[in-house]
This record gives sequence, C-alpha cells and structure tokens, in this order.
Amino acid sequence: MMRAVVAAALCLLVTLALALAVLQRPAPAEDLPARVDAALAASGVSHPVTAVLLAFRGYDTLLEVGVLLLTVVVAAALREAQPDGADRIGAANPLLHAVTGVLLPLMLLVAGYLLWAGSTRPGGAFQAGAVLAACGVLLRLSGTRLGWLEHPWLLRAGLAAGLLAFVAVGTASLLTGAAFLAYPEALAGALILFIETALSVSIGLALLSLFRLAPPHSDVPRAPDRRERRRG
Amino acid sequence: MSWLDALLGLALCMSALLALASRDLFRAVVMFIVFGLLMALAWVRLEAPDVALAEAAIGAGLTGVLLLDTLGYLRRRFEGGSRRRARSS
Repeated sequence: MMRAVVAAALCLLVTLALALAVLQRPAPAEDLPARVDAALAASGVSHPVTAVLLAFRGYDTLLEVGVLLLTVVVAAALREAQPDGADRIGAANPLLHAVTGVLLPLMLLVAGYLLWAGSTRPGGAFQAGAVLAACGVLLRLSGTRLGWLEHPWLLRAGLAAGLLAFVAVGTASLLTGAAFLAYPEALAGALILFIETALSVSIGLALLSLFRLAPPHSDVPRAPDRRERRRG
Repeated sequence: MSWLDALLGLALCMSALLALASRDLFRAVVMFIVFGLLMALAWVRLEAPDVALAEAAIGAGLTGVLLLDTLGYLRRRFEGGSRRRARSS
C-alpha cells in the first residue's frame, strides 16, 4: 500500500514537471516554418514536409534509411541463430485468397498514389512503403508464396536499393561540384521522386522482412530457455 | 469541435490505460491497435496528416500485426511446451 502511494506521488510529480516544462518552453529562436516556406520554391517539391525530409534535411533521412537497413541485417543475423524449420506462412484459405485478390490491386494503387502524392500533399516514401509491406504481409498470411523473395540476392538488392539510390544521387551531386545531396534545381523534383520510388520499395521490403524473419514454428528441440534451466 | 477533441483525448488515455493494465495479452494488443488508430485521428486534429498516415500504417497496422504474430508464437511455444513437459513427466 505504502509503495503504491509513493509510486503514485512520484508519477504525479513527473507529470507535473512535464506539464510545467511544456507550458514554459522557450520561444523558438528562429521561425523555421517561415524559412521553409521561403525556400520551398527551390526544393523541387511543393509539400513542405517532403521538402524538409528529402531536400533540406536529406542527410537525416539518408541515415534513417541506413538504420532501417541495419535493423533488417541484425534481424536476419538473429534468424540465422535460430533452428531451421518450416517457414511460417499462413495456411492457404480460399476465402482469404478471394479477399486478397480484391484488396491487393487497390492497395498497390494506394501505395503508388501515396508515393506520387508525396511531392504535393501528405504522403511519401515511408507511407507508400508501409502499404507495400502490408500487401506482402497480407499475401503471406493468406498463404501465397512469393518466389522471388526467397531469392537471396534479389531480396538484398531490393533492400539496399533505397540507400544505394540515395547515396548515388548524393555522390553525383558531389561529382558535379555541389555539396552532398544538393540537387541541381532543374532536376530536383525528378531526383526526389526517383529517390522516393527506390526508398518505398526498400522500406516495404524491410518492413516485410522483419515480419518474415520471425522464428519458425516448429517443435524441433532448441536451446533450453530460462524457464526450463531454472527448474532443472 | 472542442468537446470532440476532449472525447478523443479521453479515449486515448483510456485505451492506453487498458492496453497497459490488461492481463489478457490479446486484449492488450487490440487496445494498442485502437490506441494507434485514435492517435492517428489526434494527429489529423493537430493538422499533421503526414504523421497521421505514418501512425496509422506503421503504428497501428504493422506493429499490430507483429504483436499478434508474436502472441501466436508465444502461445504455441509455451502452451505446447507445457503440454509436452506434462506428458513427459
């Protein structure tokens, strides 16, 4: 009882401190939205969020994509340590199959739209990639095997495509004498769309891979887990 | 529209509380998905549709699928495991 009271008091204190911090935060030193609006015309896209993500702060997005790729590499490495077993894939179910047949074209259309819309309104590579990944998850749950995903090099090339395209564009701008990832103004829109297309494929594959790399469901003997060790 | 926003905030807190306090893991996951969808609505109300899209697709959709998948795995593994142990002992 005493512990609960102390915990509640501590929670209340932290909440109060957070509320105070939010209420008393200093005014931003610089009016960033105004600066973004001023530079928007030169960025090649008309949606400020996309302009910030891929033009003004493109380097941050590049690193972010690198982190996502690293996550998949680590997940694949962890999967290697697991025992091999039957791939976990949903049982083929006629109803799911029929629903997937209706949903899948629509989802692909939405992914394409989100990618295209990214330059003028909310949308973009991450959202399109998430929808693509959802397509893959749906196919997997309905028991459809995607043969080309089993091909190791094809999958790796797809996973790396986004980062490669990003780095290639950045390096090309270095070679022309500009700064890293400084797009020439005439080509900026096309380059951003190119990067975003590659990114959405990679992000979709990465999210799907995280789902695919779950351990197999099999009853093969495995390393004793903590519960059993403590008991025995 | 402020009463609607207040309702949304209240529902967010409630779903977060239910997701954290629920003893049934399946219910907790469903509450987490509900929380993600409400959060997406809150982002829309805050005029951040980009974040709302990402939240709905990744926060509610993919994370929910991953959590449900893990739940199924845990069930199969530990319930199957305890049955096996019971039989062998």
